[in-house]
Amino acid sequence: MSPRAAWRLESIGFGRVYDYVNGKADWGSFGLPLEGRRPSSTRVGAHVRTDVPACRPADRMPDMCERVHAAGWDTCFVTNEQGVVLGRLGRAALAAGDDVAVDEAMTLGPSTVRPSQELDAALERMHKQNLTTLAVTRSDGVLVGVLRRDDAERVLRTSTTGTP
Amino acid sequence: MPTPIDRDELQRLVREEHAQLVEVLPPDEYDDEHLPGATNVPLKTLDRETTQPLDRNRPVIVYCYDTQ
Repeated sequence: MSPRAAWRLESIGFGRVYDYVNGKADWGSFGLPLEGRRPSSTRVGAHVRTDVPACRPADRMPDMCERVHAAGWDTCFVTNEQGVVLGRLGRAALAAGDDVAVDEAMTLGPSTVRPSQELDAALERMHKQNLTTLAVTRSDGVLVGVLRRDDAERVLRTSTTGTP
Repeated sequence: MPTPIDRDELQRLVREEHAQLVEVLPPDEYDDEHLPGATNVPLKTLDRETTQPLDRNRPVIVYCYDTQ
């Protein structure tokens, strides 16, 4: 739609016309502020935990298990050098304790959500898919952090009842 | 010819050249959420009259929801 609008503007005499082709979906996915009647506090981006552990495919599982548990987490995302999510180590993989590379133990293609998505929609998806956490990524696939189901439930409970 | 830009270039144009942001989606989608400082001129109404408030001496950046 925006390319047509850009051409239209040029045709009616505007000299310097630019087209932000990726639009507000891209803007929101980078956690940048939006204005309007849907406040940012109702979106996933406002409730992301950014301290979730991340590792590389070539890392060794025993080292990662130790690091993840020491940080108080039970999940870890596997990313490439650009921070793009490649996979995930869940509870089972971290508990197995196999002396293999992360690449051999990770689950491929974990579910992801954008920071701009509404929190209630993300929570509904977590319930349907029986997920306790959901990776939050930008539109280019880079990991932002994680949304925890208990965080989302608490926030939405507070917003509807006024009590945590 | 309109120039496609990314997020970084948008921010630079707004910051350094006072570019004007125009969302071309319908009003209800604009009311829900829009980029800071953007005005709304839906594509279906985009003509000389509705763009009258825009400054023709400054860059104009149009956008919609995504690449659709």
